[in-house]
Amino acid sequence: MAILSKDEAQTILKKVLSFSKADETEVSLGGQQSGNIRYARNAVSTAGEVSNLSLSVSASFGKRTGNATINEFDDASLEKVVRRAEELARLSPENPEYMPLLGPSNFKESIGFLDSTAAMSPASRADMVAQSLKVAKDNKLEAAGFLENSAGFRAVMNSKGLFAYNKSTNVSFSVTVRNQEGTGSGYVDHSFNDVKKLDTLALTKIAANKATSSAGAKAIEPGRYTVILEPLAASDMLGGIIRGFDLRSADEGRSFMSKKGGGTRLGEQLFDEKVNIYSDPMNAELPGSTWSGDGLPIEKTIWVENGVVKNLACSRYWAQKKGVNPLPGPGGGRFGGGGMIMTGGTGTTEDLIKNTEKGILVTRFWYIRMVDQQTLVQTGLTRDGTFYIENGKIKFPIKNFRFNESPIIMLNNVEELGKPVRSGSSILPPMKIRDFTFTSLSDAI
Amino acid sequence: MKRKDFIRYTGMMGLGSLIVPQMPAFGRSIDPAEALQGVDAALKRELADVALNAAKSKGATYADVRIGRYLRQFVATRDKKVQGVSNTENYGIGIRVLANGSWGFAATHVVTKDAIAKAAEQAVAVAKANAKIQGEPVQLAPQKGYGEVSWKAPIEINAFEVPIKEKVDLLMEVNNAAIQGGATFVNAMISAVNEQKYFASTDGSYIDQDIHRIFPMFNVTKIDRASGKFMSRGSLSAPMGMGYEYMHARPEDKVQGVVTRYKGRYDMLEDVKNAANDVQQKLTAKSVEPGKYDLVLDPSHLWLTIHESVGHPTELDRVLGYEANYAGTSFLTLDKWKSGKFNFGNKHVNIVADKMQKGSLGAVGWDDEGVKCGEWDLIKDGILVNYQVIRDQAHILGLKQSQGCCYSQGWDDIQFQRMPNVSLRPGKEKLSVDDMIKNVEKGIYIIGDGSYSIDQQRYNFQFGGKNFYEIRNGKITGMLNDVAYQANTQEFWNSVAAICDSSDYALGGSFSDGKGQPGQSSAVSHGSATTRFNGINVINTARSIG
Repeated sequence: MAILSKDEAQTILKKVLSFSKADETEVSLGGQQSGNIRYARNAVSTAGEVSNLSLSVSASFGKRTGNATINEFDDASLEKVVRRAEELARLSPENPEYMPLLGPSNFKESIGFLDSTAAMSPASRADMVAQSLKVAKDNKLEAAGFLENSAGFRAVMNSKGLFAYNKSTNVSFSVTVRNQEGTGSGYVDHSFNDVKKLDTLALTKIAANKATSSAGAKAIEPGRYTVILEPLAASDMLGGIIRGFDLRSADEGRSFMSKKGGGTRLGEQLFDEKVNIYSDPMNAELPGSTWSGDGLPIEKTIWVENGVVKNLACSRYWAQKKGVNPLPGPGGGRFGGGGMIMTGGTGTTEDLIKNTEKGILVTRFWYIRMVDQQTLVQTGLTRDGTFYIENGKIKFPIKNFRFNESPIIMLNNVEELGKPVRSGSSILPPMKIRDFTFTSLSDAI
Repeated sequence: MKRKDFIRYTGMMGLGSLIVPQMPAFGRSIDPAEALQGVDAALKRELADVALNAAKSKGATYADVRIGRYLRQFVATRDKKVQGVSNTENYGIGIRVLANGSWGFAATHVVTKDAIAKAAEQAVAVAKANAKIQGEPVQLAPQKGYGEVSWKAPIEINAFEVPIKEKVDLLMEVNNAAIQGGATFVNAMISAVNEQKYFASTDGSYIDQDIHRIFPMFNVTKIDRASGKFMSRGSLSAPMGMGYEYMHARPEDKVQGVVTRYKGRYDMLEDVKNAANDVQQKLTAKSVEPGKYDLVLDPSHLWLTIHESVGHPTELDRVLGYEANYAGTSFLTLDKWKSGKFNFGNKHVNIVADKMQKGSLGAVGWDDEGVKCGEWDLIKDGILVNYQVIRDQAHILGLKQSQGCCYSQGWDDIQFQRMPNVSLRPGKEKLSVDDMIKNVEKGIYIIGDGSYSIDQQRYNFQFGGKNFYEIRNGKITGMLNDVAYQANTQEFWNSVAAICDSSDYALGGSFSDGKGQPGQSSAVSHGSATTRFNGINVINTARSIG
């Protein structure tokens, strides 16, 4: 059984710690169960289930630390992994950035685990895919998709008495629907922590509609356009920006948050005043871990308020060096849970279209890569449904574009924001952005 | 253990973390000495037979088994600090079966006869369940059994036998050289992989293979506080299907020029000194004037353009739509291949697929479904002539057997079609880089790979690079910044003006090419000699964020 309860995890971790002779020891335990089904050309191609459970021990003597992992759980194996970590610690060089372990803390109980999602089976996944395939077949279209659910837990205990436990579930579904001639393509991609919110039939209908309506795309000249980005397209563009909210790289001068002449841009108006960004592990739509990789509680944190940079994430080591408070960052990266949440208005994507004289509707972007670390200029392409808007209406589908644009510039050119929805590991509104830079045309469909 | 063997596994993992960066999760950390002990082939045959017999007894018409032991070592440093050293092992068995015309797969890390028989049974059950919603039954190209055979990568020095201390000392020397040379920050690392793969199938093959890969790399950054600008330059190394001998450069492996480049073996210390100089020059280099340029592309750069614009669109699974929901499809549709006339490139362009090239990342004796590997043309004199094929696709092209392009990243993942080494043949006429540059009036010479992006059908792409040199009237006049080129694949490969001869040929490659859902990573090399492309659109990527 890969998903251990809080008590089961605590029992194992206590036992492991009892074997330790190091100055400081931390033990972590994690497990995951996941299942997936993949289909293409209107038939299932592969399906599988994976289960894993693993234990990691970190032992320290002074500033020397050793790590070892194991996936066997008899007493002899547990003692062996502790001894190995200790032996390695004695042999290792001192880590100048070593920080003593933290003591106990009252972490909030995470809200990310739902039995409904954990209980998904090969049969229930196949049923959900059958719904999706039905839409494609009924409309003489071709579907390729992927459905994956996972349930996992993570627990940590250390020799100073800290204990934390967290469990979560997630289900993600994406489908590409294409017409038989290969002249139109549509796509949807949604993630939920509760599978009851996932309707593969309704979502596939959206992709099917895009496949049909994007056929016969016309070429228009690349250049600067007002764009309406669906939440998926917005998250494609902004997904990487939050990693730059880091004090150390800003202080070191190698980030867009670094200031000319030294210092950081903390407190500066870096974006349009309509931009507000925060993270919150207790958000019901996007729950995250309530404790971080450095053993700190994760709370709701405001990163941007009315366009002003309010906080930069900071590790315990850097915080001590700079005399500031440590702050875990958002996202699932090195600091732990909770993705980026951007506030918006109340309107839908359709409402944004209605208010647009001339513009381009973008369903999603594809193959985004960083071009310049200094300005965060990225390149990539539109994909699976790009449309020309005139006088508040979609006029016709257009050929895909390549763009070269910086999300920093983009968030300075915000005209209007719609109602935020979850997209992947972010919650973002559909957004209307002026002067978005398209640099060439693509024949890809 | 002795003091000199310090931090075999330390420092990588913070509190609560179970995953070593850059590596698959749940690898078990092991002692380096353990890495050198292989699993007995006779035992592996015995275990494989348990799986094959169990699968057949449950109704499988075909079964294959992969017993994999995957070793990875990662040594990482930053400035004057060792960030982490890790050795991991991942061992287990994966069983794939055909039953009722459908594929089934199951895998287990418990390598006992009982667990294996149970997994085989599970794989047959999955196949039978999938058969109910399967369209056409799977057609598997016939494959003869090879009996008990083996293949070993022709390495000279097993990287796992080289003491950690030797690697750490080298990386610290590299970092010191960068800082001494004026760099503000430097990261350097060495990554090594050993795949010990055993394959057996109901066709009668028992194939034992030992594969090695290595990838040294660094990144040097220089910051100009006054202007707020920073510049970086990564290493000009390539990931290789080699042992630690790759780190022992010989004079004949160096290509002298505006900056020293490497083929076959690598001098990390020399390269980092050059990189420290390069970042200094880049801080004051002029910004490129956008427009049409003739591009002279070094093999350390061109490998990535080949990978994206030739390697991926000639994957048959993409052409057929199996990757439509993720990586995408391909503009090289079957009708273009059937016509026998589709001019992918001009007459200079000859591109070969090769699963055997010595030192390459893709070199193996047999693929992951027991097919003996070979070499074949993809683009011949500019014409599309073939694809990359596995056993259940061969009939689509009218082939009697697979081309051996099946690969799985581990014992617990299903094997599927992955890219072989795909390389541009060098020019037949004698031509050096210097002679090529002499004839360029307005051009840019690009060394090293950089930013890369291509659409889902592989028409429109944009590439950056590491070092850009302006060419005016046959001479290099200085470095440029903010360069990226955009082109359409077919137009680009029809603009080839000249290719240097085989003396300039070198491999580049990807250590972790992603594909599939759930995602899998593979390693693949791409060889070329320096090539000139005429009249390519170059854009200026500079923007101001205030």
